[in-house]
Amino acid sequence: MTDFLQLFVSGMATGAIYGLAALGFTLLWQASGTINFAQGEFVMLPAFAMLGFASFGAPLLASFVLTCVVAVVVLGWAFKRGIADPLLRHGLMPIVVATIGLAIAMRNGVRAGYSAEAHPFPSLFADKLFNIAGVTLTLADVGTLVMALLLVFATQAFLQKTVTGRAMQAVAQNTDSATVLGIDVPRMIFYTFAINALLACAAALLVTPTYLAKFDMGEPLGTKAFFAAIIGGFNNSRGALLGGLIVGVSENLAAAYISPTYKDAVALVVFMLVILFKPQGLLGKKVERKV
Amino acid sequence: MKKIHLVGLVAVLALLLAVPPFLKNYGIYLFSYWLVFVIATMGLNLTVGYAGQKSLGHAAFFGIGAYTVAILLKAGISFWLGLPLAMAGCFVIGLALGFPALRVQTIYLAFATLGFNTAVWLVMRNEEWLTGGTFGINNVARPSLFGFSLDGNLAYYYFVLGMAVLLGALLWGLLRSPWGKAFTALRDNPIRAESLGIHIQAYTLLSFAIGAVYAGIAGALFASLVQFIEPAPFAVSASIMMYLMVVVGGPGYFFGPLLGSAVGVLLPEWLRFAQAWYLFVFGAAVVLLMLWLPDGLLSIPDRLRARRQAREASAARSAAAAKLGAGA
Amino acid sequence: MSGPVLKVSDLKKSYGAILAVGGVSFEVMPGEIFGVIGPNGSGKTTMFNSVLGQITPDAGRIELNGRDITGKSPMQLNQLGVGRTFQTLQVFGKMSVRDNLIVAAQEHQGSMWSRMFAPGDSGLGAKADALIDQFRIRHVADKKAGELSYGQQKLVDIAMAFMSEPDLVLLDEPCAGVNPSLVGGISTLLKELNQTRKGSFIVIEHNMDFVMDLCHRILVMVEGTVMAIGTPAEIRANKQVLDAYLGN
Repeated sequence: MTDFLQLFVSGMATGAIYGLAALGFTLLWQASGTINFAQGEFVMLPAFAMLGFASFGAPLLASFVLTCVVAVVVLGWAFKRGIADPLLRHGLMPIVVATIGLAIAMRNGVRAGYSAEAHPFPSLFADKLFNIAGVTLTLADVGTLVMALLLVFATQAFLQKTVTGRAMQAVAQNTDSATVLGIDVPRMIFYTFAINALLACAAALLVTPTYLAKFDMGEPLGTKAFFAAIIGGFNNSRGALLGGLIVGVSENLAAAYISPTYKDAVALVVFMLVILFKPQGLLGKKVERKV
Repeated sequence: MKKIHLVGLVAVLALLLAVPPFLKNYGIYLFSYWLVFVIATMGLNLTVGYAGQKSLGHAAFFGIGAYTVAILLKAGISFWLGLPLAMAGCFVIGLALGFPALRVQTIYLAFATLGFNTAVWLVMRNEEWLTGGTFGINNVARPSLFGFSLDGNLAYYYFVLGMAVLLGALLWGLLRSPWGKAFTALRDNPIRAESLGIHIQAYTLLSFAIGAVYAGIAGALFASLVQFIEPAPFAVSASIMMYLMVVVGGPGYFFGPLLGSAVGVLLPEWLRFAQAWYLFVFGAAVVLLMLWLPDGLLSIPDRLRARRQAREASAARSAAAAKLGAGA
Repeated sequence: MSGPVLKVSDLKKSYGAILAVGGVSFEVMPGEIFGVIGPNGSGKTTMFNSVLGQITPDAGRIELNGRDITGKSPMQLNQLGVGRTFQTLQVFGKMSVRDNLIVAAQEHQGSMWSRMFAPGDSGLGAKADALIDQFRIRHVADKKAGELSYGQQKLVDIAMAFMSEPDLVLLDEPCAGVNPSLVGGISTLLKELNQTRKGSFIVIEHNMDFVMDLCHRILVMVEGTVMAIGTPAEIRANKQVLDAYLGN
């Protein structure tokens, strides 16, 4: 039983990180119809940026803040103006293809231009263990879970309780009505891109210590984020977190109780079941096919 | 076909026939490798480019074809039995993959095919008793044709070339027939197509099935070409690359796969020493292509023509307006 | 031929609490041009989408030449001899005009399997050319449909519905967005087609002059129910209709 709880909690920690990436992905889709196939690389790049700043002597948190600023400009504003805005009017597939190309470019740009090796990444949390009722938990797992949950709830609170946040929700639900109501739609969409960039930076900060910084770290992360977003419900932000937790926990449990080689299969099976039987996701609303 | 296209095609064929004997082994291997992918992406072009479906799982069929032939060869069963079995298997599984397409839209369909690919790849990687797992299957033999051994690289190359030309001709015939128009109707306006009596469900399933068969044949040829099969070339990343190859060449353009495979497979193999940089440039080029030529490289002539027509129409309008003004 | 081509009995369709179509019944006779008018939101399009298989009706019965077709899919209906146009333009922009017409009837020739080996135009080239000439679009026949003007595309759209020689054709607002000078042309065309082809037409339209001039009988639909059915003269004199819809 203690093993199970340990696996469960560390699965929740990883799952919460998937949830962060999935949340940004879902928000982008809702607000602007952008499918970002480079979401994993959006986590990878800040990880290397932070390492870059650190190599100039900056402490971890300072690197993090600097990276956040750069991310908002590059992964938020530049991505929106340069790629999303021109392509969204042509339908869905051009933006999908462009972000696939972007992912390949980012991945190989880092590989060729910086390093093909895995680099260690400093952790926010000290290397401590807790013992609660016989269950051994690492500070990193608990800390990561708490931080990720805080970020998700903070994002949702922002979206639901602030004027800007509600304006962003209005844009996501009905862009034309939002425009008529005087909401600055392009700016609200930019804020969504900016939030995605920040969530990606946070995910990088939390996940890289365990998995190490490598040019291809974004691939599995991105895939799990898509799965999580779909499982939870693509038109629902709470769904992203739920999807992430489901993926993280089931992966961990499957690796231990079924087989490590089919670890990836569990998330896949849940994903396929959802896609085939409830494509709008566990928490999502059904979207009617228009005649 | 327009005359200039016919001339170009004959020229390319002549080159493909005449040049390889002068190349070293590696060069011949590269051309064979390229042609295998041309066959695979021809199938994907049908599913995605002509029928307008979404498929990010094409490499799974590529792998099913390769593993079927490799496993059967290892069991002493001839390539010539393995190939039709691979085709039949891919056809059936391709049909099955088409069913989600009937229920699920655009991006969800793309994700479903991606999931399918991952599932197939996991089986290839994990089921060692069947596929050799990550150790793969080596010493895959090359077939012989009417007593002629195809062991030699050049002989095998001409075999692959012959298959590519044959499969291309069959596809051309299919697209020229009423099926071609039905696929286009399905892609461009499925609701109108349905109300014109076009059985969109059947054509959707068939577009997946036929595309899968092409990938399966390509996989079988691939197995005997590289003679060592392991799961890596059949993962989702390979499907995504194949999709990009179709997009870069031009979806719905018959010769798109020739160009797309050259850019996606031939060039990176040739530039292997700088592979990471090449892929960086390739990725960036895809982004730029989407911004400027979303219909792929082969859409350039159409765009030039459209621009010329727009200029002519605008000039005609100005001339007419000038006449009106002069009369007023 | 006796008996109606189309018989709709007590058709009902609700969207939640809203009764979009509340018990509609009518018949369309062979060779007739049957007009359907009514204010926006009266349920005309919902009713026809239910008749033609795009939506499933909640209740009611639909018969085509005496045969029950309630709940059949659009594809099945087309195979049984029903053609239609939609409110919005629905041509295949990337195909030539001629190919648009050919694809509109090719699925009626042979089977799926035999079509794989058929020539590209399925032997429909002459038929397509005849319609092209009848619709006076010979000069743009080889252009891609998407490159034509709106009015020309509208003509292609309508021509496509006639290619498979259906017993019944529904034209959903054929004059919408069309240049006034072309409206007369469409009316003449439809009269020609009605005389030469002996099919029945149903025309939903808002253009009163067009409807009164073209149709043999007219159905007036208001708030999901049939207010009146009659000849143009009868409808014009119907006080209820005048009050509710046509105005004095």
